[in-house]
Amino acid sequence: MSELRELYQEMILDHHRHPRNFGKLADANREAEGFNPLCGDRVTVYAHIEGDSIQNLSFEGSGCAICMASCSLMTEAVKGMNVADAEALFGRFHDLVTADAPAGDAETEALGKLAVFEGVREFPVRVKCATLPWHALRAAVRQIVNQSVSTE
Amino acid sequence: MTHTTTSSAPVLDVAKVRADFPALAQEVHGKPLVYLDNAATSQKPRAVIDAVSDFYKHDNANVHRGVHTLSVHATELYEGAREKVRALINAAELSEIIFVRGTTEGINLVASSFGARFKPGDEIIISALEHHSNIVPWQLLCERSGAKLRVIPIDYSGDIVMDEYRQLLNERTKLVAIAHVSNSLGTVNPVEEVIQLAHERGIPVLIDGAQALPHFKVDVRALGADFYVFSGHKMFGPTGSGILYGRRELLETLPPYQGGGDMIASVSFAKTTFNVLPHRLEAGTPDIAAVVGLGAAIDYLNGLGWDAVAAHERELVSYAVERIAGIRGVTLIGTPAHRAGVVSFTIDGIHPHDAGMILDHEGIAIRAGHHCTQPVMDFFGVPATNRASFAFYNTRDDVDKLAAGIQKVQDVFKG
Repeated sequence: MSELRELYQEMILDHHRHPRNFGKLADANREAEGFNPLCGDRVTVYAHIEGDSIQNLSFEGSGCAICMASCSLMTEAVKGMNVADAEALFGRFHDLVTADAPAGDAETEALGKLAVFEGVREFPVRVKCATLPWHALRAAVRQIVNQSVSTE
Repeated sequence: MTHTTTSSAPVLDVAKVRADFPALAQEVHGKPLVYLDNAATSQKPRAVIDAVSDFYKHDNANVHRGVHTLSVHATELYEGAREKVRALINAAELSEIIFVRGTTEGINLVASSFGARFKPGDEIIISALEHHSNIVPWQLLCERSGAKLRVIPIDYSGDIVMDEYRQLLNERTKLVAIAHVSNSLGTVNPVEEVIQLAHERGIPVLIDGAQALPHFKVDVRALGADFYVFSGHKMFGPTGSGILYGRRELLETLPPYQGGGDMIASVSFAKTTFNVLPHRLEAGTPDIAAVVGLGAAIDYLNGLGWDAVAAHERELVSYAVERIAGIRGVTLIGTPAHRAGVVSFTIDGIHPHDAGMILDHEGIAIRAGHHCTQPVMDFFGVPATNRASFAFYNTRDDVDKLAAGIQKVQDVFKG
């Protein structure tokens, strides 16, 4: 049960119940869909990008708690970042949820709230749930409008 | 395995039966395994595991090939299993039993070989309940041939709408292909009536029996099925063993499905003469050990008694329906008039993927997902469901543990 508690932390449950930045973005100039055919998680990420700055970000879709919370927390973390920093953050996040060992203090600090997903690394089948929004974000910022990405 | 009580109904000694299944006697995450994913695949009794193991230890050789002793043994075991299948489903002849890898391959064989005669404008009727494996092969055939796929709708109980089916049947219909039992909702379709209505117009019918045989005995001649396809691994046999039954008059007209060894009588570079049924449709070395194991599974089921199995499951599944539906915040998906083996449900505010994983931590194995029936999920407006599917070795205690597990899932999400 403790592993489960570690995964379904209060912050994750809160963002699942009350996702932030949910809904279509009126001034979006990029969007991409992420789909996991294994479990049916499906999210669309909308971004408003000026130059290399991600000025605004939102998402729509349905999926499991891990996926929805990851979407919600990602939009909070990435809003206002430049594209290179967002890509680097995805790299950190990916390492966090796939690492063999717990993250160090420096990494945890760099990830901020996203460190709440550390419990995912105990559940390899859930890694895709947590990273799906990031794959969609990457597709969106790389200016591939309306592209659909799949984790399968 | 069965004994007769004062009433005439045979009773299954479930505790004794469970001891026959080594995989059931294990712990998962420190909890006794509650295996409720039988619609995906069933566990195997020791008799089946031993039959496969003994085959490789003692009788392993290729079939229909050699004059040596082991090849003769292997052939006798393989063909012996064919006779067990024939007797089980009451087919008229051994030549009507074609071994394939599973239901999917059986349906693809029919779509490929029987479908070779289909022309633009021809129609194939399926239902909205079908597994992807009874949808996609027909879509591929439609693309190749120009035929059209027509779909019998379902209602919110999860039953097919027979009036719509009657409307769909017409002089262009060349085949009806429908599940006996739905893998995602548990609906038992009225296949006798489906077949009768098609036959009134001279239209052949394929029944996907993958979810039927694990639960009840099927008589293909009483049903009147023209093709009946099912999988060994869902009925306690090994993976890799599947059966296509076809009426001989129809099978005789099928062009070969695959070319290779065993399906030929003679080959020269000028011309190949094909073997007789059933071998003509079984190219290449089959999964001999799996088929031998399937034979052992059939012996095992016959030993338990099909009436005892069906009676136990009927009682168990209706208990499960009542128990699961009684949990606050849980909604059953599909409430069919007749149900076998499967209970699908959703939990308010909790995605099946989360529920399935938390249940796994309680030692409970269910399926969370679309169950290869995305059109059914779309119809009910859900991305996925939780599916508990039962076999004769499941108990009321398993159902109680599932109910407690669902409450645990709800507790985790309360935070």
